[in-house]
Amino acid sequence: MSTGARSVGGDGETLADIREETMLINMGPQHPSTHGVLRMVLELDGENVVSVRPVVGYLHTGIEKNAEWRTWQQAVAYVTRMDYLSPFHNELAYCLSVERLLGIEVPPRARYLRVMLCELNRIASHLVALATLSLEIGAISVMLYGFRERETILDIFEMVTGLRMNHAFMRIGGLAMDLPDGAVERTRAFLELMPGRIREYEDLLADNPIWLERNKGIGVVPSETLLALGITGPVLRAAGVPYDVRTASPYSGYDEFEFDVPVRQAGDCYARFEIRVEEMRQSLRIVEQCLDRLPDGPVKVEDPKLRFPGQLSVGEDGIGNDPEYLEHIMEGSMEALINHFKLVTQGIRVPPGEVFTSVESPRGELGYYVVSDGSNRPYRVRVRDPSFVNLQSLPPMLEGGLVADVIACVGSIDPVMGGVDR
Amino acid sequence: MDVEALADRLRRRFPDVAVARGEVTVVVDPEEVVAALTFLRDDPELGFTWLADCSATDWPDREPRFWLAYHLFSMEHGHRVRVKAGLGPDEPHIASVTPLFPTANWLEREVFDMYGVSFDGHPDLRRILMPEDWDGHPLRKDYALGGTGTQYKGAFIPPVDERTV
Repeated sequence: MSTGARSVGGDGETLADIREETMLINMGPQHPSTHGVLRMVLELDGENVVSVRPVVGYLHTGIEKNAEWRTWQQAVAYVTRMDYLSPFHNELAYCLSVERLLGIEVPPRARYLRVMLCELNRIASHLVALATLSLEIGAISVMLYGFRERETILDIFEMVTGLRMNHAFMRIGGLAMDLPDGAVERTRAFLELMPGRIREYEDLLADNPIWLERNKGIGVVPSETLLALGITGPVLRAAGVPYDVRTASPYSGYDEFEFDVPVRQAGDCYARFEIRVEEMRQSLRIVEQCLDRLPDGPVKVEDPKLRFPGQLSVGEDGIGNDPEYLEHIMEGSMEALINHFKLVTQGIRVPPGEVFTSVESPRGELGYYVVSDGSNRPYRVRVRDPSFVNLQSLPPMLEGGLVADVIACVGSIDPVMGGVDR
Repeated sequence: MDVEALADRLRRRFPDVAVARGEVTVVVDPEEVVAALTFLRDDPELGFTWLADCSATDWPDREPRFWLAYHLFSMEHGHRVRVKAGLGPDEPHIASVTPLFPTANWLEREVFDMYGVSFDGHPDLRRILMPEDWDGHPLRKDYALGGTGTQYKGAFIPPVDERTV
């Protein structure tokens, strides 16, 4: 030991030299807190993040390409698999686009049920966002509670559609089938249960010193930057911009419902948490209004040339082909059989044109740009997925912060890689 | 402004404005896209300050072949517009709008990746969804849906029906 305080690593290396070196860390695509296969190349100066480069595409499955090769109705089964935490929003946005191309309106009952399913889906998705973020920063019990309540919603979905996820339940011109017996009561029971559970999460988290420490003042991005980067959803509303597609350009009858769009000014991870909790309450309000005002009537358009002919019903062994309908086409009416055969094998034809339809998914503006050339297949199904665009906010959110905050920030954006990579 | 009023307002500046299904579409020459989007963004009456989406469609039998579509939204006035521009079949390229709307960064990268349209002046034009060494642009209409091999980092796996094991 000779030259005194300036010597750090030997051979004349000084503290100043060492601080100039940065380290490249590869986080993901296999990492428990990247919400799927998100990869980030982090450049670190000690604990500080100098730069971040998100790398996406690991879950690319070519859904937009596939949709061009299926009939209009079949594409629903593809789009529902993109953002797998909000399948109903994808189905709704796609079906609304095709319905606008066709120039048809769905019956009121179908409209209400679609809104109800979407809002239940929003709660389920926000629960996953809340649960995974708390797991990642150490509040494991909240994860268990969040997934418990999500499971009750998925039970309702299974009862209504036959599947917990990837439902493919919406049809062009309505829904596959009406609610089964008992579904309304079950949803009502959930509406009774949920407000108390939301209070529970708040009790667990809102005054929790670790939660506050990890979220308050973390990942702040000014609203101007977010708007320039096209960020939407809870991230934007947490920074003081009250933009919500449901109120800005109402679709599917959202202007008939009373609800508030929660806004916070802080723009940090904690504000995003508050927005999601408040949005769950607002979604409950909407679901309640749906049930209170649920109109009677069909859930599909009347026009037999457009209406998807398959009929489902709940039998003893679950949801399947409706026996009455099968008898009708197989034994009763030759014309019905021909119509069924034509619509199922060839599908409907959609007049040429293009539309851009947006809905508010739990992550922000989900836009569908659907182009038809007049044939029985979509010519182009372009999806503007909110997770994809929102990930562009990672560099301004993380750069200059600490590496430990990367996890809270990614969790607060709540990206779903199935939607990002499509 | 309702759709017709918006279309009339736009017709003062653009010759090709169409209204269909409640949406306004403006078709411009590819060289004019940056000027058109700057005008739409900065005109206070229009206020299209927010770019919702930038995407493309491929029409192999048409001239021009590639059609870019920019979807703009005005948060202040609540109206939307679509700006379209057509590009030729060989080495299609167009000026990037990322300097105007930073959100276009990844959106243009995706169009580049899927259609092979280059964006001049883009800060970081690389593939985004496909691997960087991928051959071809999958959303082009002449790119087959199945029957193509799997390429990744120099490795190649033949299509399903040509595999021996």
